[in-house]
Amino acid sequence: MKKRPGLASMTAVYRRELLSYLTTPTAYVFVAVFLFAIGLFTFQVGGFFEQRRAELSSAFFSFHPWLFMVFLPAVAMRLWAEETRSGAIELLLTLPAPTWSLVLGKFLAAWTIAAAALLLTTPLWMTVNFLGAADNAAIFTAYLGSLLMAGAYIAIGSAMSALTPAQIVAFVLAVLASFLLTALGLPLVLDFFTSFVGGGVAEALARFSILHHFDAAQRGVVEFRSVFYFLSLIGLCLSFTALAVDARRGG
Amino acid sequence: MLLQVDGLRKTFGRRVAVDGVGFSLDVGEIVGFLGPNGAGKTTTMRMIAGYLEPDEGAAKIFNIDVARERRRAQERLGYLPEGAPLYGEMTPWSFLRFVAETRGMAREAARHAVRRAAQDARLGDSINRPIDTLSKGYRRRVGLASALLHDPLLLVLDEPTDGLDPNQRHAVRDLIRKLGEDRGLILSTHSLEEVEAVCTRAIIIDQGRIVADQSPAALREQHGSLEAAFETLTRGEERA
Repeated sequence: MKKRPGLASMTAVYRRELLSYLTTPTAYVFVAVFLFAIGLFTFQVGGFFEQRRAELSSAFFSFHPWLFMVFLPAVAMRLWAEETRSGAIELLLTLPAPTWSLVLGKFLAAWTIAAAALLLTTPLWMTVNFLGAADNAAIFTAYLGSLLMAGAYIAIGSAMSALTPAQIVAFVLAVLASFLLTALGLPLVLDFFTSFVGGGVAEALARFSILHHFDAAQRGVVEFRSVFYFLSLIGLCLSFTALAVDARRGG
Repeated sequence: MLLQVDGLRKTFGRRVAVDGVGFSLDVGEIVGFLGPNGAGKTTTMRMIAGYLEPDEGAAKIFNIDVARERRRAQERLGYLPEGAPLYGEMTPWSFLRFVAETRGMAREAARHAVRRAAQDARLGDSINRPIDTLSKGYRRRVGLASALLHDPLLLVLDEPTDGLDPNQRHAVRDLIRKLGEDRGLILSTHSLEEVEAVCTRAIIIDQGRIVADQSPAALREQHGSLEAAFETLTRGEERA
């Protein structure tokens, strides 16, 4: 059976990348730190027990954008930067594989790590059910929304990683880009913009923020335009990654 | 014609790295690519391998333009990049499987190809040890095996024996000689003795231009020795 060439290379790249996450300690460290941080926020800052309600939205999901913003660029920073630094990029780009298959394979591997981190928070979901009657459908939807949002942050990280051979530079650029895109929806930032460009423009900008689109999802509401927003953001950042990778051929 | 290179030119900023390189290659030829550091050997090979796009000119593998139909051309070429970059955390076995599968081979075919290439490159029993723990010579052989996986008729090897000890160098040369019997090979090297030992043709390149394209025997006849030919024909960076 002969698979389609692009798909075969994508699968091979995905498997290699995932294996490399699993055989080096970095991914474990990141996931552990993420779990520690989300626990800290949920119980200490979010006041999970004090709220005396069997729901996860305000004490748990509302912190996801802020933690992802730092944690996911750290996961994604090595995707392309490390290839460039080690020279293995030359090997990759001289294989007869379409660029999109390399970009997608790597992205999916990093996204899988994010999904695994999310999966490891599910004991909290069980706890909520133990404590009271939780709206499990809403929590499930919120998890899906969070996963989709994680994809967007990873895609941003992947794009920044394609720009530089230094992982740390990729990380800082990705955190910066992620922060801007996340915080555009904050009242604090919105007020600031309103004083400059007027309420209309600031309002329009806010609609492009990650917070704005995650807001409904964290309460368990599926909004088609938010799904569309995250998918487009992923698509846009991955296209940019592919362009940046292909630009190398030009010298 | 296995490989046809016409008027390749590549500039990086204001520096002209390759300036109108042209040659052709047929089955049974082993071409030694010679030249001082920075002469444009690696850049030329990268353009043939589709890693860099030429500013002008074209490289054609089986008459397929590398820049226009990159993937079709790359399917027909085995390439060993300079320094043979690998993924250190993988074992040669999993690394070669990865390359075979990225090339689109199905599972069974990939396993077969890896076994054959590992044998051809004499990987022996270290095939299941992490690449990071292997010696330089061994790693170079893993790189060679990955270039041989799909049994290409054209091989482009950038400094395949650089940094190897005399025994390892000898083994790689034997392999190159054997491969050259029914394939076409280009290899870059700094060792003139290597050109004498394995190459049927020597191309000397200096400041991005080809200054000689002859058999090693003819070069020796004209200049007395290959060293003398190299010295008179190239200026390199020192004397430029």
